[in-house]
Amino acid sequence: MYRLTVTTLVALGLVACGGAGDDEVLVSAAASLSDAFADIESAFEIINPGVDVVLNLASSSALREQILEGAPIDVFAPANASNMDQVVAGGDVLGEPELFARNLLQIAVPAGNLAGVTGLGDFADEELLIGLCAEEVPCGDLGRQALANAGVTAAIDTVEPDVRALLTKIEAGELDAGITYVTDVLAAGGTVEGIDIAEGVNVGATYPIAVLGNGPNPGAGVVFVAFVLSEQGQAILASYGFSSP
Amino acid sequence: MLGCLGLIVFIVPLIGLLSRTPWARLPELLSGDVVADALRLSLVTSLAATTIAAVLGVPLAWLLARVEFPGRSIVRGLVTLPLVLPPVVGGAALLFALGRRGVIGEPLDRATGLLLPFSTWGVVVATTFVAMPFLVITVEGALGNVDQRYEGAAATLGAGRWTILRRVTLPMIAPSLVAGLVLTWARALGEFGATITFAGNLQGRTQTLPLAVFVALESDRDTAVAVSLVMVAVSLIVLVALRDRWWKPL
Repeated sequence: MYRLTVTTLVALGLVACGGAGDDEVLVSAAASLSDAFADIESAFEIINPGVDVVLNLASSSALREQILEGAPIDVFAPANASNMDQVVAGGDVLGEPELFARNLLQIAVPAGNLAGVTGLGDFADEELLIGLCAEEVPCGDLGRQALANAGVTAAIDTVEPDVRALLTKIEAGELDAGITYVTDVLAAGGTVEGIDIAEGVNVGATYPIAVLGNGPNPGAGVVFVAFVLSEQGQAILASYGFSSP
Repeated sequence: MLGCLGLIVFIVPLIGLLSRTPWARLPELLSGDVVADALRLSLVTSLAATTIAAVLGVPLAWLLARVEFPGRSIVRGLVTLPLVLPPVVGGAALLFALGRRGVIGEPLDRATGLLLPFSTWGVVVATTFVAMPFLVITVEGALGNVDQRYEGAAATLGAGRWTILRRVTLPMIAPSLVAGLVLTWARALGEFGATITFAGNLQGRTQTLPLAVFVALESDRDTAVAVSLVMVAVSLIVLVALRDRWWKPL
């Protein structure tokens, strides 16, 4: 009995020590950054062994709310300035936010484009199943701006909580079209086709990134942000379709 | 001591909600059109779901309680499945079955043009799926406890099958039936995952109260809290009204 207890305690100690060696850096990033940041995480962890990047991916507005409610996050990378401004106003940001990427909107349709969507004008068609991101979410706000620029009143059938949820429904063929980012269409590969939005009408997203003070590891956060802004980080973002800031 | 801790698990979130409630602005927040639409949709769809659950669920419960057929335990397991399945998974499954490219949805759409996702009927289907098991299980349990000699006596006195059902069986299981209906309704009212996955989210068409809270949390915190409070109040009223009956049938 005594030996069993000691063995268990030693085993637990070893397990605990194994984990404690790794520094964790918690990164809250917009849903549209999912694939790019997964690559950035891998590349970063190779260069910085002993640091474990933990990605928290959701809509920028949901992430902002979490941070304002006190979530311990080291790095915040939303898809628009307004969410960053609110976090800055909350007093948690160390230093100044920096822009690290740009993105453009694109119409996403299921592979094959059975509904024959050709542009934003088709969004007014009641017969088609159209999806947008929720208004509070950057891609929803920008999407509505683009529709306003085009003078189209869209016949919306559903409003999704983040851009990846919208993309999933389009991929599945449950929606005829939606407004997502260029990078999301690229990330979906062959399951989704993209239709460009005219230059005068299209609206761009600019992504700021900043280190926050109330996370467990702001030091590693600073290193992470530097990596995202570095040549290697920017090259990874470019490979996913993001443009430079 | 542990019991008190258990109680705290339930009370603490409630206290959190009450501490954030903007009491002064409550009437103003609850009269907005987002809330009005969500409330109307929630009531209409939950009542529709409860009705369908009753119409289909009572016969199913009868089948499970009274008729010996091969595979009965499998059927009972299938009926219980929505109770343990994560609602989002349920919604995804409904989408794969009844969606536009779904196994049944695609032929249905091509033949009749009927499309359930992104429609109010889609909300009814999703909520019926998750809530009906409550009714079936409650009624099945009650039917199992009924002393069948009363029904036998009625038959000896010349009553037909329908009359026995109407005047002997149903009155005897009435308390359980009511409890089952109320639980089903409450479950349908609170459904989120299956609704947002299958029926989508659009104010006035598919955005029920839980979905409205979810969306409001990121844009209008005060409205989210106000609506949450309404839902908590409704749930508490339902549970208090059931009181003892809540425990007996289960």
